[in-house]
Amino acid sequence: MRGSTTRSGSAPLRVLAAMSGGVDSAVAAARAQDAGHDVVGVHLALSAKPATMREGARGCCSMEDSRDARRCADVLDIPFYVWDMADRFREDVIEPFVAEYAAGRTPNPCLRCNEKIKFSAVLDRARALGFDAVATGHYARLSDGALRRAADPDKDQSYVLGVLTADQLAHAMFPLGDSLKSEVRAEAAARGLVVAEKPDSHDICFIPSGDTRGFLADRVPDAPGELVDAVSGAVLGGHGGVQNFTVGQRHGLGLSRPAPDGRPRYVLGIEPVSRQVQVGPAEALDVTALTTEPPVWHGPTGRRDDVTVQVRAHGGLAPASVEVHDDGLAVTLGSPLRGVAPGQAVVVYDGDRVLGSATIAATS
Amino acid sequence: MTYLDHAATTPMLPVAVAAYTTALGRVGNPSSLHTAGRRARRDVEEARETIADAVGALPTEVVLATGGTEGDNLAVKGLYWARRAQDARRTRVVVSAVEHHAVLDAAEWLADHEGATLVVLPVDAVGRVTPEVLRAELAAHGDETALVSVMWANNEVGTVNDVRGLAEVAHEFGVPLHTDAVQAVGSLPVDFAASGADALSLTGHKLGGPVGVGALLLRRDATCVPLLHGGGQERDVRSGTLDVAGTVALAAAVEAAVAAVPRRTVELAALRDDLVARLIEVVPDATLNGVPLDAPAVNGGPARLAGNAHLSFPGCEGDSLLMLLDAHEIECSTGSACTAGVARPSHVLLAMGVDEAAARGSLRFSLGHSSTAADVDAAVAAIGPVVERARGALARAGERVGS
Repeated sequence: MRGSTTRSGSAPLRVLAAMSGGVDSAVAAARAQDAGHDVVGVHLALSAKPATMREGARGCCSMEDSRDARRCADVLDIPFYVWDMADRFREDVIEPFVAEYAAGRTPNPCLRCNEKIKFSAVLDRARALGFDAVATGHYARLSDGALRRAADPDKDQSYVLGVLTADQLAHAMFPLGDSLKSEVRAEAAARGLVVAEKPDSHDICFIPSGDTRGFLADRVPDAPGELVDAVSGAVLGGHGGVQNFTVGQRHGLGLSRPAPDGRPRYVLGIEPVSRQVQVGPAEALDVTALTTEPPVWHGPTGRRDDVTVQVRAHGGLAPASVEVHDDGLAVTLGSPLRGVAPGQAVVVYDGDRVLGSATIAATS
Repeated sequence: MTYLDHAATTPMLPVAVAAYTTALGRVGNPSSLHTAGRRARRDVEEARETIADAVGALPTEVVLATGGTEGDNLAVKGLYWARRAQDARRTRVVVSAVEHHAVLDAAEWLADHEGATLVVLPVDAVGRVTPEVLRAELAAHGDETALVSVMWANNEVGTVNDVRGLAEVAHEFGVPLHTDAVQAVGSLPVDFAASGADALSLTGHKLGGPVGVGALLLRRDATCVPLLHGGGQERDVRSGTLDVAGTVALAAAVEAAVAAVPRRTVELAALRDDLVARLIEVVPDATLNGVPLDAPAVNGGPARLAGNAHLSFPGCEGDSLLMLLDAHEIECSTGSACTAGVARPSHVLLAMGVDEAAARGSLRFSLGHSSTAADVDAAVAAIGPVVERARGALARAGERVGS
């Protein structure tokens, strides 16, 4: 049936395709198979209650998604299994997510899931079981071991993959990187995959309601603190806990009195020990420099000018120069960015190539 | 391809396929009074007599249904409602801990919605319910018990229960006994009358008949409230237009499978013993779950289903083993998975006192009428490298957790 080499002439690999039940991962699996690889589909059960049927929002852990993934695998005629990763997901993604908010920081759980689950727990198990690579439906490109932005600028997911090490990338496969989302949907339809028209997932998969605040309220005990004016230091009011705030947030501050100048106030910073939340005017949100925790870095240490940084999954781009040390990055922005919070990742690009990623420790 | 999952479903016997396909081409509702109806009725009734004859029941005791799940639900719920209606104190539903979900979940549903008290009987280390355990329960609560349900042979580990002994105990306390014999009929001698059971579920596709047809054997004197209301076709206990082709095929399969039991149990047990011995030779720390292969007979038949080999492989996860064996074209089973497909440690093994890690690292190989020595050879040839690889995967996950 299959030749001894792939279409591109290389040896066929044993590829584990992580299949969420969505259109992207289904087409990614199909393309890996078309390339001549020996593909097995695996759906990751990440919810502790896999039978939960969702309404409306799409995520990656409902029974319906598991069925969709299985249906696609059957159409592709590849073996399909469900791996129960709920415990690891809870320990490595959900609990740190809650802890980060409780510490007044702003985490990205999708990034953490790629780092700790898809390209760690799953990849490790896959390699131990004899697989060579894990393929996912992420929009990103890999060439010569380097991670690059996807061809589709609206769907590019290199930001949430920037945290992967060289070893992880060496065993990753992103078959959709050169395609536009519209092409992927059309291809899914042409292949007879029932998920061709399935809506994209946007929210955090373990918070299908989209109500992050409500999710946190059930998990973080109230720890009251003060809201203070960042400039004058005046106490403006109280709050129930730092998990209710994100840098750049304007609504839900619970302040009854408007600012003296009548302008809107934003969260500028969160001090986790004193639980003090500083608020102030929009221009005070501007960040021109930031430092990070130890990075995942591809390339030499030292100083790089002429780079671009990205501080959130969509948007948040600025030209920058970066000092690379083993214990952290020091980034100077060429133009200010707003809404940059400790806990978020900064990903550094040379053109479309990812140089590295690190968790933001402090901004100024 | 090496198919070692006959306990999940087994290929249809040629006689059943022939009977099925012949009957499919004929029109006729057995409830109709005209010629076509009469012919269909005759086909169904002759099939019913064949089934009854093969399993030691009277034709009127054969309530045709769609299979094991319906039979189990009808027996558990129907007997519960009937007994409770006769005597409002009788609300206890006594089932063994190793029942199929068709019994367990039906009983749980009665507890959740119908005022029943669910009593789960413990099993011993081989998965067997002893008459003594049942006696202790009924001695304390016999007057409040609506029914007892204990399976004839377990689908996962193949353990055979002393149904006759259990029925005797139940009857001492005036309690009806249902037995899920889905795995037993066609695999070992089953005589409904001699067993003393009041109700017995069987299904076609486990013995070489079609999927979607089976029967609940229900003693003439047993009262059972129906689940499905309508035309009252089956003794007013079960309604629905009779499946003529399915019933005819079921009868052909039951007749052939039951006739083959004496020969097949010997052949399958020999193949199975060879499989177990050689698997343990390759993987010396693998252990057989359930009844030892040389255990004494139960009710004059084997103490373990002849085709059942259920083993734990220490240091492995069952779903890794399954996946790796699948890649070697060896088809077997790990036991239970939830509806989304997530592997779960088997409730049967846990009830037997197997620890959770060992329960997760187990596989069921089940042989059937089409199994050959070549199937055994293929499984034995694959198991060594598969276990080694699965161990590597679990060890690697363990390193990370420990770090």
